[in-house]
Amino acid sequence: MSRLLDVENLRVIFHTYRGTIKALNGIRLWLNEEERLGIVGETGCGKSVSALSVMRLIEAPGEIIDGQILFEGNDILKLSEEDMDRHIRGKRMSMIFQEPISALNPVFKVGFQIAETIAHCNDISIGDAYKLVPESLEMVGLDWKRSIDLYPHELSGGMAQRVMIAMALAIKPKLLIADEPTSALDVTIQAQILQLLDELVKIGKNAVILITHDLGVASEFCDRITVMYAGNVIEISNSEEIFDEPLHPYTKGLISSIPIIGASRELTGIPGSVPDLVSPPSGCRFHPRCDFCFDRCRTEPPTLSEISPGHFVACHLYSDGVKEG
Amino acid sequence: MKLETFIIKRLFLMLIVLFGVSVVVFVVARAIPADPVGAILGGNAPIELVDEMRRRLGLDKPLFDQFLDFMSGVVRGDLGVSIKSNRPVIKDIAEFFPATLELAIVAALISIILGVPLGIFSAVHRNKLVDHFCRVFSILGVSMPVFWTGLLLLILFYYRLGWLPGSGRVGIFTVMPPKVTGLLLLDSLLAGDFGAFKDALSHIILPAVVLGYSATASIARIMRSSMLDVLRQDFIRTAKAKGIGRRLVIYRHALRNALIPVVTVIGLTFGSLLEGAVLTETIFGWPGLGRYIVNSLLLLDYPAIMGGTLFVAVVYSLVNLVVDIIYAALDPRMRV
Ligand SMILES: Nc1ncnc2c1ncn2[C@@H]1O[C@H](COP(=O)(O)OP(=O)(O)O)[C@@H](O)[C@H]1O
Ligand code: SF4
Ligand SMILES: [Mg+2]
Repeated sequence: MSRLLDVENLRVIFHTYRGTIKALNGIRLWLNEEERLGIVGETGCGKSVSALSVMRLIEAPGEIIDGQILFEGNDILKLSEEDMDRHIRGKRMSMIFQEPISALNPVFKVGFQIAETIAHCNDISIGDAYKLVPESLEMVGLDWKRSIDLYPHELSGGMAQRVMIAMALAIKPKLLIADEPTSALDVTIQAQILQLLDELVKIGKNAVILITHDLGVASEFCDRITVMYAGNVIEISNSEEIFDEPLHPYTKGLISSIPIIGASRELTGIPGSVPDLVSPPSGCRFHPRCDFCFDRCRTEPPTLSEISPGHFVACHLYSDGVKEG
Repeated sequence: MKLETFIIKRLFLMLIVLFGVSVVVFVVARAIPADPVGAILGGNAPIELVDEMRRRLGLDKPLFDQFLDFMSGVVRGDLGVSIKSNRPVIKDIAEFFPATLELAIVAALISIILGVPLGIFSAVHRNKLVDHFCRVFSILGVSMPVFWTGLLLLILFYYRLGWLPGSGRVGIFTVMPPKVTGLLLLDSLLAGDFGAFKDALSHIILPAVVLGYSATASIARIMRSSMLDVLRQDFIRTAKAKGIGRRLVIYRHALRNALIPVVTVIGLTFGSLLEGAVLTETIFGWPGLGRYIVNSLLLLDYPAIMGGTLFVAVVYSLVNLVVDIIYAALDPRMRV
């Protein structure tokens, strides 16, 4: 399978009155065609910023200060805004968001918003694109006659997310980015939406980046998982292995904090809170919360290294032959 | 809800509001602690004359009957006879209102044509030089009183430079075009009389600019902040992710949303233009309804006060209706 996306050493900062937020600290991500990658981590760890960077949607006060994003072999950080719009955004990549209702423009009908996307992607008029809208709506399980003329405020959250999915997949993207697509929905609806996405992506052979703070959901949906912490990628592995053999102390904490349905187990969680990214902890950013922390962790940031084939971790416990835990 | 249903509903609401306004106008006029008959005839008039006058004005009847008379008049478009001019009030209004309307329309046009693009420009180029310029312009416009800008411009363009006339709607030697709409600019164009048009235009520029400046400023301000607000919304990010390009993101997706609060302000501004016309009309000797009502107040010309006020209320409601319709056309969430 060929490589679709390759993100290397991506650094993103936000200029704020409090100081510079180091939101992404040189992260690495990659994705093959038709592959599904899950990005997991606590709120504020940089998942959305990573996704928006791939779409080149980081704007002031944010800034991409370093790194490269190879998409189909080209570094899209070198493209002009016009070329991004002409060739990448809405053509080969599309995105769905956490709050589907506010992600739709309140003053336009659902049909128009989908048609606009189709029109841009295929370089046809919106009138011609409208003819393809019913098909898109039916594809996501909506009755097109009833939904095409609705405004976003007339939709439920689940319906709105279906519309967003219709819009994102109508262009048959190489890469679909879904940023917490179900976090704002009811639990029952969440499952339906994920199942729908699963089916459609299988049919459309789209590669997917699924962002979620739920490791369980991610590993069920995705082939591979990338775990982030405070602006760093700290572990990458395939979905089964991350549960069976988590390496990073943070990943272990995440897994033990997943409630097991039916069992009355206490949530252990991870003590401590997410660090402030204006002045992040020195060395390993996780060290103030880590039970295994030793001297080296406070001074030297660990780098991502491959411990077993396809399984990467950034933790000093695994460097220099120290393998344990 | 369909837009048509919405409009019909609003028309009904407007009738109710106008009924309420009529009641208020009637009650307030009756509550003025001055006797109109005394004001007309003077304090020493013989009692028979006073009685006769009271009868003529209908003031001898019970209050409720007076109210019914007033209301049935209003429904038929009869606002009574002005005590001062001895003409039907409606005729007076028909004579003076077009001047006010013309002034307000030109001022509104100036403020919309300048204010909306200024606000958009300012927001899109936030914190750049144009933005700073626009903001200073707006703050001045909102804070400078009408009479002050009025006098300032009069001194400059009339006394000093002599470029523009200082009062009235046309020069004394200009032959007025035949009256069709009562709006001089329009009538002179309809008559093909470009001399009169130029003359009317030169007369209206100063008062309209003075009247329109503060409106321009408030429209630009609200346009800017509304645009900035909308540009932060989630659906703008969606629009950018669609790859449709910056122009469409701004002019299709952001502008239509950002205009919604601006339309309200434009409506309010038009109302305040009618209001502001009172001062402007006084400064520039503009023969409009504002001056008419002020003069009627000074003379306690009761039917004229009531009729004039009611008329302004009708215009106000109509403007509001139009604003609401535009609002609903722009924002589907409002059609409830
Ligand atoms: N527009 C912004 N302005 C300032 N800081 C931002 C902005 N967007 C994101 N950040 C910062 O970047 C960091 C990562 O945010 P984000 O990627 O949204 O986290 P999450 O993993 O929850 O999606 C956070 O610390 C956040 O404060
Ligand atoms: S590097 Fe040190 S502090 Fe960081 S996770 Fe590993 S053991 Fe813990
Ligand atoms: Mg997020």
